[in-house]
Amino acid sequence: MKSPPTGRHRGDQLYSGVLTLAGGLVFVLAGAVVAVAARIASPTLSGGVWRFLSGRVWDPVHQIFGALPFVYGTVVTSIIAAVVAAPVALGVALFVVEIAGPRSRTLIGFFIELLAAIPSVVYGLWGLVVLVPLLRQWIEPALSSTLGFLPLFRGPPLGLGYLAAGLLLAVMILPTITTVSIEVLRAVPSSLSEGALALGATRWEAIRMAILPFARRGLFGAVLLGLARAIGETMAVTMVIGNQASLGASLFQPGYTLPAVLANEFTEAAGPHLAALASLALVLLGVALSMSALARILLRLTGRRTESPDASAA
Amino acid sequence: MLASPAAHAELLLTGAGASFPYPLYARWFREFGKLRPEYHFNYQAIGSGGGVRQMTAGTVDFGASDLPLTDEERHAGLVDLPVVLGAIAIVYSGAPDGLKLDAVTLADVLLGRIRRWDDPRLVALNPELRLPAAPLVVVHRSDGSGSTLVLTDWLASASPHFAAEVGVGKSVRWPVGVGAKGNDAVTGVVSMIPHSLGYVELAYARQSRLPVAALRNVAGAWVRPTLAGIAAAASSVTMPDDFRATLTSAPSPEAYPLSAFTYLIIARHPQRSDKGRAILDFLWWALHDGQELAPGLDYAPLPSPLVPRVAAQLRSLSSGGPE
Repeated sequence: MKSPPTGRHRGDQLYSGVLTLAGGLVFVLAGAVVAVAARIASPTLSGGVWRFLSGRVWDPVHQIFGALPFVYGTVVTSIIAAVVAAPVALGVALFVVEIAGPRSRTLIGFFIELLAAIPSVVYGLWGLVVLVPLLRQWIEPALSSTLGFLPLFRGPPLGLGYLAAGLLLAVMILPTITTVSIEVLRAVPSSLSEGALALGATRWEAIRMAILPFARRGLFGAVLLGLARAIGETMAVTMVIGNQASLGASLFQPGYTLPAVLANEFTEAAGPHLAALASLALVLLGVALSMSALARILLRLTGRRTESPDASAA
Repeated sequence: MLASPAAHAELLLTGAGASFPYPLYARWFREFGKLRPEYHFNYQAIGSGGGVRQMTAGTVDFGASDLPLTDEERHAGLVDLPVVLGAIAIVYSGAPDGLKLDAVTLADVLLGRIRRWDDPRLVALNPELRLPAAPLVVVHRSDGSGSTLVLTDWLASASPHFAAEVGVGKSVRWPVGVGAKGNDAVTGVVSMIPHSLGYVELAYARQSRLPVAALRNVAGAWVRPTLAGIAAAASSVTMPDDFRATLTSAPSPEAYPLSAFTYLIIARHPQRSDKGRAILDFLWWALHDGQELAPGLDYAPLPSPLVPRVAAQLRSLSSGGPE
């Protein structure tokens, strides 16, 4: 609907002006954040972006700054979180939408909201007091005695480390992925599953062949949202990851993430150290954007592969 | 301020900085508030570096730092005054009470050159203890901190390896171990992981009831962190007129080496504003009556010869520089 340029629609014009302003504010805010960070970061980044990104040493005293251990830690912990949380969240969402009665549905919905409302400090404390000792005494020794042939599960079980952070993040992003997945699954037209059931499909077959392919894109979006939260999570991760810049295949060893090092070192930093931290903030932004880009590409690739057999099966 | 008939105008004084003396400052604000109810304090324990930055930017009325100011910061119109002393304790778990450590051995532990409790060098220092045959887990501060600076300063002065590999700073690259954010997290992790060792401020060590190591000072004596040990360190160094002194090599045989002053920071010309004058009042009180509250919270009061010198500085500030 376009308003002709007459005085009669001044209200409309005002309204659309206000909305444009509100929309533009997003660009201004995002732009300002990036611009300020880039300005503080420029002494580090002018020394070579690639050298900064690939540097393995972070030594504020000798002013050697490399981002690789933090990027690695951020990617590893959020992938663990997504891999662990996504199947559980999908299961909960399918149960709520397809199987649960109205009473258990409200009950589960209530508990998911409760999980989402817990502050991250509380998650961190829970991680430190419950999860870490559990990992150290039971889970990590068990993993290394059964799956110890993989480099992932080697080394002394400390409890604190990548695995603890990843699992804690999994619990934290579970409500996000579940809530969005429920909405996505609700939006699937009921005629689809009814049709599948009418053709003699079992409930599982109806979910697998009619509902999941239809909701695939939305479910992927749900996992992406969870991943974004995992990448940015600071407080809880800092409490359980061990805060030691390291690179290595073992998930048992202490590590570090980008938000954690920012939270730890920003208050006392000055000069080149501050510039390096601002550069890490930009890297964090870059990691978040490229993880979501990568996920989108993955979605396209798998989409092509799965659509054809589905079509032939139908 | 507008001329108001009320003699006592309400005044909100905002401060920011070191978290280490915060428990004592909170007590001071409360006690001073009873004497002068018109003053209200709001202090944010955001870290020493943050406190100095906020003072330089003029966003707070006073700052607090675990380090003396640099020349550059002093030229920017700031004054720092030592107000009280604290200490850093080496705490550990899973090994018997009464551990002894000298700077070189502790440096090698933190460098990862000593990785087990039953290492011959730890055994040689502690022949009377039954040290566990277990790997030693180092726990350090992950956030930038004055404690880290005091510790690394002491270790680097004794161990050339430590000076070269780690150096001195508030945030350093620890070659081994796990990092925890803040004193409470370090005490938490040390008590949780058996056979670990970390460093925390004295008050946290006392509250956690973890065993505390005795350290060898420059006089060659073994000293545990106590208020007497801190006081001995503070009174055995000659304090320069700019109040910049390190206590890690204090000569007294009773001196605890990991002792340090903590400072309050004010603007160079406090007498020009109501808030500045209020802060001078508060500092005067803290320097005299306030010192008595320090030992109860595990801080050591300033040595008595130092108090008149800091007071003289305060007086010169309140009579004012060039108007």
